[in-house]
Amino acid sequence: MKFTWFNLMPWPDLPDDFRQSHRSVWVDIPSSLFDPVRANAVYHEYMDQLEYADELGFDGIGVNEHHQNGYGIMPSPNLIAAGLARRTSKAAICVIGNSIALYNPPIRVAEEFAMLDCISGGRLVAGFPVGTPMDTNFCYGQIPALTRDKYDEAHELIRRAWSEDEPFAFDGKYNQLRYVNCWPKPIQQPHPPIYIPGGGSIETWDFCLDHDYNYSYLSFGGYLAGKRLLDGYWDRVAARDKDDSPYRAAFAQIICVADTDEEAERLYSEHLLYFFNRCLHVYPGYSDPPGYRTIDTIKAGALDQFRAAMQKLFSSTTWGQLVEAGHIIAGSPATVVDRMKDLITTLRVGHVFCLMHNGNMPDWKTRQSSRLFAEEVMPHLRDMWPEWEGDDRWWIHPHEGRVQPESTIADARRHAAEPATVAGD
Amino acid sequence: MTSTSVTTSTTSTADVPPSTTTFGSDVALITTARGIECDVVVLGPQDAPAIVAFHGLAGHLAGEPTLVALAARFRVYAPVWPGFGSASGEELLEDMLDFALHGADVVSALGLRRPHLYGHSFGGMIAAEMASLAPDAYGGVGLVAPAGLWLDEHPIADIYSMLPFDFPELLCHDPAAGAAMLTGGVDFEDPEAMTAFLIANSRRLGTAGKVLFPIPNRRLSKRLYRLRNPVALVWGAADRLIPPIYASAWHQLIPHAETTIIEAGAHLVPYEQPAAVAGAVASIYDAAG
Repeated sequence: MKFTWFNLMPWPDLPDDFRQSHRSVWVDIPSSLFDPVRANAVYHEYMDQLEYADELGFDGIGVNEHHQNGYGIMPSPNLIAAGLARRTSKAAICVIGNSIALYNPPIRVAEEFAMLDCISGGRLVAGFPVGTPMDTNFCYGQIPALTRDKYDEAHELIRRAWSEDEPFAFDGKYNQLRYVNCWPKPIQQPHPPIYIPGGGSIETWDFCLDHDYNYSYLSFGGYLAGKRLLDGYWDRVAARDKDDSPYRAAFAQIICVADTDEEAERLYSEHLLYFFNRCLHVYPGYSDPPGYRTIDTIKAGALDQFRAAMQKLFSSTTWGQLVEAGHIIAGSPATVVDRMKDLITTLRVGHVFCLMHNGNMPDWKTRQSSRLFAEEVMPHLRDMWPEWEGDDRWWIHPHEGRVQPESTIADARRHAAEPATVAGD
Repeated sequence: MTSTSVTTSTTSTADVPPSTTTFGSDVALITTARGIECDVVVLGPQDAPAIVAFHGLAGHLAGEPTLVALAARFRVYAPVWPGFGSASGEELLEDMLDFALHGADVVSALGLRRPHLYGHSFGGMIAAEMASLAPDAYGGVGLVAPAGLWLDEHPIADIYSMLPFDFPELLCHDPAAGAAMLTGGVDFEDPEAMTAFLIANSRRLGTAGKVLFPIPNRRLSKRLYRLRNPVALVWGAADRLIPPIYASAWHQLIPHAETTIIEAGAHLVPYEQPAAVAGAVASIYDAAG
């Protein structure tokens, strides 16, 4: 099993009446609610937590991309990842991901991911989400009926940019480039592990299987709700005659750990309700513009989590309901181990993205929960898939002799304190 | 003869017409030079001057009363745009040029020489582009609340971020009557009917989104100087989607156009005041000869 620590990086100060006074946390959230000075502390707190997760022994630390969004203040995840690449040297740096249809031209992703892979010593996990309608259509103006096509072209361009050794011309519909020559190239060959975060489109399954990418189901609905979609995925895996290694799939789950179940509620309830009540308050008109979903996906009834029904549920949910329905896994280490085993076997996943900071959770609670998970939960879950032991097809292959950046920072400080020497000494 | 069809709910009442059934008895299936198949509703006297009429975002609606009125004196050809009927082909139309050329291809496939053009809303944007590209290929051009221009001070509402139940208020002079017309009596509590409606809505607006999203402007303003044909600009005075101030903007770019603002009509004015709309466009068709 591989566990990646995740922080969506929500804005922690959405007002109590946010749901009543504003129509959406996403797209047209009022800019008056963002305080750049406050953000200085918020960004550092969140980045410190990611580095702490590396120290705790999480296999990966993760960032993602959202735009104009009060529950995620990382429009550029690569900037955060760059900071992490300098301050950690063990954990995979999981960028889940770059919304490639939005990068103009998409070779920007090829280049930046190559930089991150080089700087991190081969620790990048490269995520390529198609992107939500909020991000792609309403924030970045992509035409809904063409978004997937543009994504496909961007994907092709990025893969070729990484793999081709000579400059080549690319005559695409959305991108025309005369001299594609990606410089730098990633350390990991033929490419860093590629994860495709999906939210319900069934075409994504075939895309993952065509290219042997990891299918990462990201949903705040939790694992019981996620079962239906992942069952569909595994059916497709079988139909396509692919092996059913659980490492082919990943799932994102909100997790909070305390000494007892009651303590978990006492400590975390307020922050989880902040997340579900305020952070997921998305204006329904932004969640499904006509043309974004394919006909097949609509027919399959794979409704997006931001649809009216889910909205209604989340607006008035209680801690008990969140736990009961599996939207969150919360409680004592024993409870969490139990639920996690259920999640892992029910969904058949080898990767879990652990959402361990949630809502407006203060730093100390996040660290406490993360530490309990790392020390008292993770060890019991490591060997859930013994028959797939060592299947590293969807994991990093870092360079053994990579620079340990923590030591270079210490060196830099030491050199700065020394008297200046003549050049050449 | 095939006809466009849509799943209608068994609970629809007899006096609420389904939203995208054909309104005439004569439907021709044509195939354009590009290979796109489409239904064309044909009505009016066989030897009368021809009008090719392009529908708006809801497709053919409520028996198309304006077209029926025009069919008293004109031979009206009303193609179903790809994405709005049962045939596919919408995936071939990717940008404004594809859309304008599809319109021209339909005219060719129908074997028509110098027909008049009619377009409402999204259809008006297409008709205006066609006529700007090839003014001599058409007679008079009747544009009813056409899309295609953008005024920063009067932004057009973003229909792509709206939920279907928002449309009647936005589009109709009488929202209650409009709601029934737009949904065609679909029972939204019925999951199958809802799915069918969502699919149809997604196809229609998804297709039109290629020229309307995120802002319904594909720089037609650069090309309207070429439109020397007789032009009618027709607007509902209460249009809340593309407000009547846009009529002035169009008029500035087509100074010879005849502008008619119709009371008791909103964006769906062809369904609300059909006689007035038909009269306004017919007068420039007659002038074009």
